[in-house]
Amino acid sequence: MPKRTDIESILIIGSGPIVIGQACEFDYSGTQACKVLREEGYRVILINSNPATIMTDPDLADATYIEPITPEFVEKIIDRERPDVILPTMGGQTALNTAVALAESGVLRKYGVELIGAKLEAIKKAEDRELFQKSMDNIGLETARGGFSKTMDEAMKIVETTGFPAIIRPSFTLGGTGGGIAYNIEEFREKAEHGMQSSPMHEILIEESVIGWKEYELEVMRDLKDNVVIICSIENFDPMGVHTGDSITVAPAQTLTDKEYQTMRDASKKIIREIGVETGGSNIQFAVNPQNGRMIVIEMNPRVSRSSALASKATGFPIAKIAAKLAVGYTLDEIPNDITKLTPASFEPTIDYCVTKIPRWDFEKFKGVDDTLGVQMKSVGEAMAIGRTFKESLQKALRSLEQGRFGLGSDGKDLFDWRELTPQKRNGLKKKVLDQLKMPKPENIFYLRYAFLLGVELDELHRITKIDPWFLYNIRQIVELEKELVAFRPKVDKAAKSDKKSKVPSPVTREVMLKAKQYGFSDRQLAFMWGTTEKAIRQLRKQLKVIPSFKVVDTCAAEFEAYTPYYYSTYDEENESIRSERKKVVILGGGPNRIGQGIEFDYCCVHGVFALKEEGVETIMINCNPETVSTDYDTTDKLYFEPLTLEDVLNICDHEQPDGVIVSFGGQTPLKLSKGLEDHGVKILGTSPDGIDIAEDRQRFGAMLRKLKIAHPKYGTAYSINNAVLVAEQIGYPVLVRPSYVLGGRAMEICYNSNAVREYMRKAVDVSPEHPVLIDRFLEDAFEFDVDAASDGKEVFIGGIMEHIEEAGIHSGDSSCVIPPYMISPDNLDQIKAYTIKLAKSLKVIGLINVQYAMKDGVVYVIEANPRASRTVPFVSKAIGIPLAKVAAKIMVGRTLKELDIKELDFKSLKHISVKEAVFPFSKFPRVPMYLGPEMRSTGEVMGISPTFGGAVAKSQVAAGNALPNSGTVFISVNNSDKNNITLNIVREYQSLGFSFVATEGTSKFLIENGIPAKAVYKVNEGRPNIVDLIKNGEIQMVINTPLGEESRYDEYAIGWAAIEQKIAFITTLSAAATAVKGIERQKAEALQVKSLQEYHREIAW
Amino acid sequence: MKAKLALENGTVFTGEAFGAASEITGEVVFNTSLTGYQEILTDPSYAGQIVTMTYPLIGNYGINPEDLESAKPQVAGFIVREYFEFYSNFRANGNLGEWLAKHGIVAIQGIDTRKLTKLIRTTGALRGVLSTTDLDDDSLIAKAHSSPEMKGLDLTKQVTTAEPYAWDDVDRTPFALAPAAGHKLNGKRWNVVVFDYGVKRNILRRLTAYGCKLTVVPSSYSAEQVLELQPDGIFLSNGPGDPAAVRYAIENIKKLAGRKPIFGICLGHQLLALALGGKTFKLKFGHRGANHPVKNLISGSIEITSQNHGFAVDPSSLDPATLEITHVNLNDNTNEGFRHRELPIFSVQYHPEASPGPHDSDYLFSQFIAMMERETVAIEQ
Repeated sequence: MPKRTDIESILIIGSGPIVIGQACEFDYSGTQACKVLREEGYRVILINSNPATIMTDPDLADATYIEPITPEFVEKIIDRERPDVILPTMGGQTALNTAVALAESGVLRKYGVELIGAKLEAIKKAEDRELFQKSMDNIGLETARGGFSKTMDEAMKIVETTGFPAIIRPSFTLGGTGGGIAYNIEEFREKAEHGMQSSPMHEILIEESVIGWKEYELEVMRDLKDNVVIICSIENFDPMGVHTGDSITVAPAQTLTDKEYQTMRDASKKIIREIGVETGGSNIQFAVNPQNGRMIVIEMNPRVSRSSALASKATGFPIAKIAAKLAVGYTLDEIPNDITKLTPASFEPTIDYCVTKIPRWDFEKFKGVDDTLGVQMKSVGEAMAIGRTFKESLQKALRSLEQGRFGLGSDGKDLFDWRELTPQKRNGLKKKVLDQLKMPKPENIFYLRYAFLLGVELDELHRITKIDPWFLYNIRQIVELEKELVAFRPKVDKAAKSDKKSKVPSPVTREVMLKAKQYGFSDRQLAFMWGTTEKAIRQLRKQLKVIPSFKVVDTCAAEFEAYTPYYYSTYDEENESIRSERKKVVILGGGPNRIGQGIEFDYCCVHGVFALKEEGVETIMINCNPETVSTDYDTTDKLYFEPLTLEDVLNICDHEQPDGVIVSFGGQTPLKLSKGLEDHGVKILGTSPDGIDIAEDRQRFGAMLRKLKIAHPKYGTAYSINNAVLVAEQIGYPVLVRPSYVLGGRAMEICYNSNAVREYMRKAVDVSPEHPVLIDRFLEDAFEFDVDAASDGKEVFIGGIMEHIEEAGIHSGDSSCVIPPYMISPDNLDQIKAYTIKLAKSLKVIGLINVQYAMKDGVVYVIEANPRASRTVPFVSKAIGIPLAKVAAKIMVGRTLKELDIKELDFKSLKHISVKEAVFPFSKFPRVPMYLGPEMRSTGEVMGISPTFGGAVAKSQVAAGNALPNSGTVFISVNNSDKNNITLNIVREYQSLGFSFVATEGTSKFLIENGIPAKAVYKVNEGRPNIVDLIKNGEIQMVINTPLGEESRYDEYAIGWAAIEQKIAFITTLSAAATAVKGIERQKAEALQVKSLQEYHREIAW
Repeated sequence: MKAKLALENGTVFTGEAFGAASEITGEVVFNTSLTGYQEILTDPSYAGQIVTMTYPLIGNYGINPEDLESAKPQVAGFIVREYFEFYSNFRANGNLGEWLAKHGIVAIQGIDTRKLTKLIRTTGALRGVLSTTDLDDDSLIAKAHSSPEMKGLDLTKQVTTAEPYAWDDVDRTPFALAPAAGHKLNGKRWNVVVFDYGVKRNILRRLTAYGCKLTVVPSSYSAEQVLELQPDGIFLSNGPGDPAAVRYAIENIKKLAGRKPIFGICLGHQLLALALGGKTFKLKFGHRGANHPVKNLISGSIEITSQNHGFAVDPSSLDPATLEITHVNLNDNTNEGFRHRELPIFSVQYHPEASPGPHDSDYLFSQFIAMMERETVAIEQ
């Protein structure tokens, strides 16, 4: 069947901001869908509220709407654009839910819009537990036994079918609170009762426990002619009980015989047919009882998913692209396999390597959160690695995570040195290690190694962890080889210690080195084991001719010739990567997503690639994040799916001999490598490492600022605790303390006294031992500004000046901001421009620079300057219609701003206001403090665009999931220093819009004294009904609560949690409260209109 | 223990032995299946071949007493990237290496199997020698050179049954497949004679599952002997070697064509083509894997199939007046099946019995039953 000709335009719904469980994999899928559907000649209309995505680039769709993804806003777009069909399967759960809402409310019928990819009925069958169970019964497949109950009688009946242990899950509670596992009938009664109490619907789901079973996933594709193929099988290293997103996973399945695998394959085909997903990809999860092979179906996602992204990168089969083609009517045999060119897409990829994915968590940013892994996903990103052995891919994946580990331990970061253990210590450690392993935790992979080192038997480890023995055996093999390798450590007598740097273990043979590398050991690990440097190991390795070979990911295990340049490194005989004679540039990606470094940097990398392609330069991408567009094999000329460590990057540079490497697009990850690369003779493109160093080095940067006569807050550098206190006192409190070389404000704090500084230093000292701690004067109540600019060394283009809505002290990544600035004098604005130009020139910036400013009492201070792509580059690019990263990449290969015809932008001429708002994961971490500070904790961002400031604010809040109320009651609680006229003015604005108020006793008194009626309400610990009761009863529509300090913390947290649960607007700063009221005013005055980015950009006067 | 693989083109790979200590020559081929090494090893069609698995991790789930396609491993030798003596699977009762050693099969691990695969892909299937006893490169290369060519080789004699036997067994594992959707077992048992050119047990199990009572006969059984058994249908099995070399089988099939319904698989398909006037030829490196897309030209649907063949039927040699091409391989457009326009005869090149591989084509067994049913009705009328 050829493609459909009865449709002309397609609306694609994106997934919105990056949140835990929904990350940039949907940028990858949406971008592929946009590209391929436009190639097919359709008019593509896109909605996504997330400006950091590549898919929202105005070049990728005919009409790009950066608008909130809600049924209301999508309806406005449908009304305006009249698409023929909607493709809802590319934007994760957000897109699917929105499509369902539009279908059920009759909007689709009203406008005659069809859903393609998955129909309403199929979506509901897959998503509704009861319908799904019924469907599985129809086709004779088992699901976990169990059911829903609202009474104890029902519950007791159900538990008879499930047996023990039984899982109890209350319906509709946040983060699964109130759930649990019951091992006996007595416990069951208790937990079932508690569960029903916790559920707002007094309902629980009781299920048989499959904890500890083996877990699998199959990626399935189907076309309109009912052809079904399996793209990839995935086996979870972590057994059932840990969310797949939080599990280490391996492709393909490792411990299934063909008989078992085919049973699963048959089941998948039946399921996709029964659920009725007509076209495209679905993901189906299974659990298998390791004792008898009994298989049950866990769930199905009738759309592309995180696992599809992984499966695509693991096999080379572009699931999203093919799914988009199938959605418009093509059949699998009509679509060529890009990689082999000659064979069709109607086959099942086979691979000749092993793929391991490991999640990355950022628990250290969320104090008090339980880091035990369970059924709710908590990770913020992931890294994938490819190797010819599982051991190799596991160790590569571990070093790809960039958490300071260079493989499975033995890298200097271990809990203990097993070579120096007394029997007594050994026993103590053994207990500790086994205790840790009882519950799944992020660090457990390392604890498995510890356990083997401490002599724990494989069987015992399996009994405790339920991890399949085959995986444990591989870990044991790594540990055993490590023990053998350590024996090669040269015996150095103490006197000769100074000789350490040049010492390499002499008896190491090629065989030994090769085996170590084939097991995935990094040079860093070997250096640690053998007491020498990474550099010395590299030298020795090359001497022994142990150099990596690059193999192709080709979907077919070499059966056919591959035409795609998608490579991974391994230690095998034949190298398949052929170097071209073209001018070539390596772009280093951003690695796994984490808080502070995410999709924005992938956007920059991909734009760099696009720009260099336009310049005729061969682009080579190195990255290890499977969710990204940068790791699509058709994005770059050559893709190396590799860890971003010095060793791995140098290996590629040795082979490719690039004309230069771009390190400034991928965030801190590649930047950290620049010095090492330069030391090995690799040319770094863009701003020189010296320029980077000036910007990073407090002393040098300070000297430069003084020379340029630019003000900056007082600062200092500390190397020890006492030193820090001394420095802080000289500077004057409050001070901002942070480790150097860290992105995302990791471990950044504001300290008001010496005790706080001491406490901070004690915690922070091991964050980054090579780098000192930076101490800055903290400018309280200052306004903050961010500037993104591009420079060619001669001229500077100011792309965007953003004013932060929140005052100084809140991390810029967590702060909302506005383009153009809304509260600054023309003089100050000119000053900011002039400073940016001076800084860019003095640092000899070639490419991008981001400068942060603070303004207090009319004085503009420079906080910091970073000569690299910043988090806000995509936001700025979309606000002004100039792709900054592309401009920068072209400059880096020799173009000038003049040649590129980039002119200065008059911000006053902008007819639209753009607001960026941060999105936080608090609903996933239900019991963590929600107040903003200098440490970044947001996972994503949204953008609101409107002709008015209020309109842009209102949209940004809707998009971020904090829609502002139009009327009702506002709860106000402000700290004593905020009991001032500013607060009163803000409250009066709310009053004039018709809001009424309740407040805590102190705030209520203050408001009443000033003529504003405000009903007093109890704090949580004062009595009942208290404020939390009011919130839960739906009597409060908005919370304004500025932090009160240590003593009433719990009270505040409880208010925040209740607000999140009730999904009501929750504001923690006065400036945000003042901004929100503008949004409310605007959204009350008129219905907010939608407009495409292309239209906004056309209106910009250049 | 060290082991070496030497190829006729002079390439030598050095690795570790993990099966029997011995030396063997054979045609070096590769299989791209991710699972199913035990079924592959015991498939008699691999007689005379040294099989390389392209998936690098092999041995993970051990060896179990159920997933056997014949009584013992049939390959000449076995090549993997990384062998696991440790296994994990509830059905396993031993590890792969010991089982191979017990049956005298030489196996090597630790070589660049992807390089080897690419070599076979570009130069075609190569003769090779796998040895743990002779580690001299020149000597090994010479042995590879002097080993027999696959072309012109009748290997069915080595693997066929010596005596006829009855088969009435089905898959008794928890993974047994029900007959294809829509197929109704009506209690009738069909007497089918199976020519054993190296038959896989799962073919016998599938035929039995569809209600057949089987008599498995040696490949040299004459047409007359077969007809004496008064079968309702005749099945031509898979098997190793060059079909054109099995002259006696071709002659027998000629005599049987039109007398009884015939269904052939793999070598059976090739022999049938030869008997009906077609030609076969040797593929460059064959099809061996579980992911080959085959289009059913009658229904238009695509089946993902299990394949194992080094020779193929030349579709241009099939007389379009009498024979209709029913299946084609979407990767390289080679012939995957045909049926006779008038007589109750059809066959496929690939393996609907899977094992290892997908079950997409199990419906073909149902077609065979339907064909016998039609013929019986026709005769009764």
